[in-house]
Amino acid sequence: MTIPSIEESSDSAGTRVAVRGELTMANIASIAAPLRAINPAGKTMALDLGGVERIDTAGAWIIHRLVSDWAAAGVPATIENASPDADRLIKEMATNDVPVPTRPEHGNVAAERLIRIGRALYLAINNIGNFLAFLGQTMVVLGQTIMGRRTLRWNAVIHQCEAIGVNALAIVGLLLFLVGIVIAQQGATQLRQFGAEVFVVNLIGRSTLRELGILLTAIMVAGRSSSAFAAQIGSMKLNQEVDALATIGMSPIEILVVPRVIAMSLMLLLLGFFGSVMAVLGGGLFCWVSLDIPPVSYFQRLQEAVPLSDLVIGMIKAPIFGVIIAMMGCYQGMQVTGNAESVGRRTTQAVVESIFVVIVLDAFFAVFFSALGYN
Amino acid sequence: MPKTAPTLSPILPDGEDAVIRVRGLVNGFGDQIIHQDLDLDVRPGEILGIVGGSGTGKSVLMRAIIGLQRPRAGTIEIFGQDAMHLDAAAAKDLRRRWGVLFQEGALFSSLTVAENIEVPMREFLELPQELMDELAGYKVSMVGLPPEAGSKFPSELSGGMKKRAGLARALSLDPLLLFLDEPTAGLDPISAAAFDELIKVLKQTLGLTVFLITHDLDTLHAICDRVAVLADGKVLAVGTIDELLTFDHPWVREYFTGPRGRAANNDGKLGKAA
Repeated sequence: MTIPSIEESSDSAGTRVAVRGELTMANIASIAAPLRAINPAGKTMALDLGGVERIDTAGAWIIHRLVSDWAAAGVPATIENASPDADRLIKEMATNDVPVPTRPEHGNVAAERLIRIGRALYLAINNIGNFLAFLGQTMVVLGQTIMGRRTLRWNAVIHQCEAIGVNALAIVGLLLFLVGIVIAQQGATQLRQFGAEVFVVNLIGRSTLRELGILLTAIMVAGRSSSAFAAQIGSMKLNQEVDALATIGMSPIEILVVPRVIAMSLMLLLLGFFGSVMAVLGGGLFCWVSLDIPPVSYFQRLQEAVPLSDLVIGMIKAPIFGVIIAMMGCYQGMQVTGNAESVGRRTTQAVVESIFVVIVLDAFFAVFFSALGYN
Repeated sequence: MPKTAPTLSPILPDGEDAVIRVRGLVNGFGDQIIHQDLDLDVRPGEILGIVGGSGTGKSVLMRAIIGLQRPRAGTIEIFGQDAMHLDAAAAKDLRRRWGVLFQEGALFSSLTVAENIEVPMREFLELPQELMDELAGYKVSMVGLPPEAGSKFPSELSGGMKKRAGLARALSLDPLLLFLDEPTAGLDPISAAAFDELIKVLKQTLGLTVFLITHDLDTLHAICDRVAVLADGKVLAVGTIDELLTFDHPWVREYFTGPRGRAANNDGKLGKAA
C-alpha cells in the first residue's frame, strides 16, 4: 500500500500537479484537503496521474471534483497520463455529479417547535376520538354477542384465559405475597411506636383487599397482557391478517377483540382475588413469624376488622379494569401501520396508557366509594 | 441423480483463481439437512447467478458464505482466506471488501439514505464529513436514485428505491465482491430491467464479482456470466445457460425450457438480434 502524495510545480505555461500512490478510499483522506487547497494559478492546470497505482470511485471523485472546481474558477484543467481504468472512472463521475442533500432540511427552530406541539396536540385529540370510536364498535359487537346475535368464540376465550390468567398465577401470587410481607413489616414498625402492633392486621386486610390487591394485579396484567395484545394484533395487522379476516367476512372485532375483552375481565377478577388472598397470607406469615400473632388469631382479627364491603369494592373494580386494559391493548394493536417499528411504539403506548388509566380510575373509585359512605 | 458433465462441475479446474471457494459445505436446521457436501467456485469478475427451487437453501448458502450462519462442516475461502477461522481483525478487514444487498434492502430506518451509505465509511475510514457527503451523493446518483432521495428516510421510499438505496450502501466502500439476494424480486418489469442493467454497468465500471441469487429468468439471461443450479442439497451444475440446457436433470430442464424459461430465452435472442 502506497500512501498517496502530491507534487506541485509551475512554469510560465501553468501549474502542474503530479499525484502518486494509491488513490483509494482508505488512503484518500490524507490528500483530499491539500489537493483542494491548491490555488489554480497561471493560465492552465495539468493533473498528472502517471504515478497513480490504483484508483477507486473515491479517488476518481477527488480528481473529478478538483478539475471541475478549477474549471469553475476559469482555469482550464487537463488530466494527463491517466490509466484507462482511471479515465473510465473519472468520466463516470462526471455523469453522476449532481448535488444530493444528505439530511432533511431544518427550518426555523421556533416554527418547528410550534409545528411539533401542534402535531402532538392534534394526534392526542385524534387518538381520543379513535379510541372512543373503537370502544363504541367493541361495545356494539359485545352487546350483540351477549344478545346472541353473534357467536362468541369460546375457543379463543379459553385460550386467552389461559394466557392471561393461568400463566400469570405464579408471578402475581409471588408479587402480592411479598407486598403483603412488606406492608406488615412497615406497618408493624410504625404501629409499634403506639404499642398498637396488633392493628397491623387491620392495615393488611383493609389495604390489600380493597385497594392494593386488585391495583397491583391490574398493573402486572397490564404490563404482561396488554403489551401482548398490542404486539399480537399489531403483527397480524402488518401481515394483513386483519384485512384477510375482513375480506373473508369475519369481523376482526368479533374474532380478535371481544374474546380478549371477555377473558381479561373474567381473569382479572379471579387473579385480583387470588392476589389479595396471597397478600393476606404473606402478611399473616410475617405476623406469625415476627410478631408472634398465631394464624388463628390473625384470621379472627381479620374477620372483625375487614367489612365485606371492602372485598366487594375491590372485586367490583376488577372487571372494569380488565375491560380497559384489554381495550387499550387491542386498540393500540389495531392502530399499527407501516413497519415493525410501529409495533414496538404501539406496544409501549399500550402498556403506559393502560397502567395510567388503571391508576386514575382507581383513584376515582376510591373517592367515589368513600363519598358513598363506605369507609 | 444424473452424472455431472465435467464442464458443468461446480469446481473450477486446478490452477484457476476463485474469489469464493466452498468445499464440502453442510448446513441444516435441527433434523433438516439443507446442504450436503456442497461445492462451489466463483470466478473473479463474473456475475454468478444462483438458482434453485424454493427451500433449496439459496439464501442459506449466501448467509453461510458471508458468515451469518455457521455451517456444520465444510470450508469456505474468500479471497484465498479461510473465512471460517479468522481472528476479529481479519474478519473485519474481509467485511470491508464485500457488500451485501438483502432482499428488502435492510436499510437502517432511523437514518436517511445518504447517512445509511455513510455508515460503512464512518466505521472503517476517517474521512472528512464533507467528503463523505459528496461520496454518498455520488453513490445515490450512481444507483439511479433521484437526488432528493438522499435526505429521505427508508420509510418514505418505494420498494424499488429501497433496493437501489441498499445497493448504494453495499457499494459504499467500493467492494470487490457483491452479494445480491433476489435484487429484482417484487419490482415491476421496467424497474427490474433497469436494475439488471445497473448491475451490469457497475460490474463493468468497478470490476465487481457478483454473487446473485435470483428467481428471475430475465435477469439470468440478461446479466449472468454463469448460472449455478442448487438442488438436492448440492450445486448440481454451473455453466452458461446454453450449457445448462444440455444438462439432463428434470428440474433444470423444466426450469429453463418451461413456458417462462422459453419466453425469457426468446426475449434474450430477440434482444440480441435487435
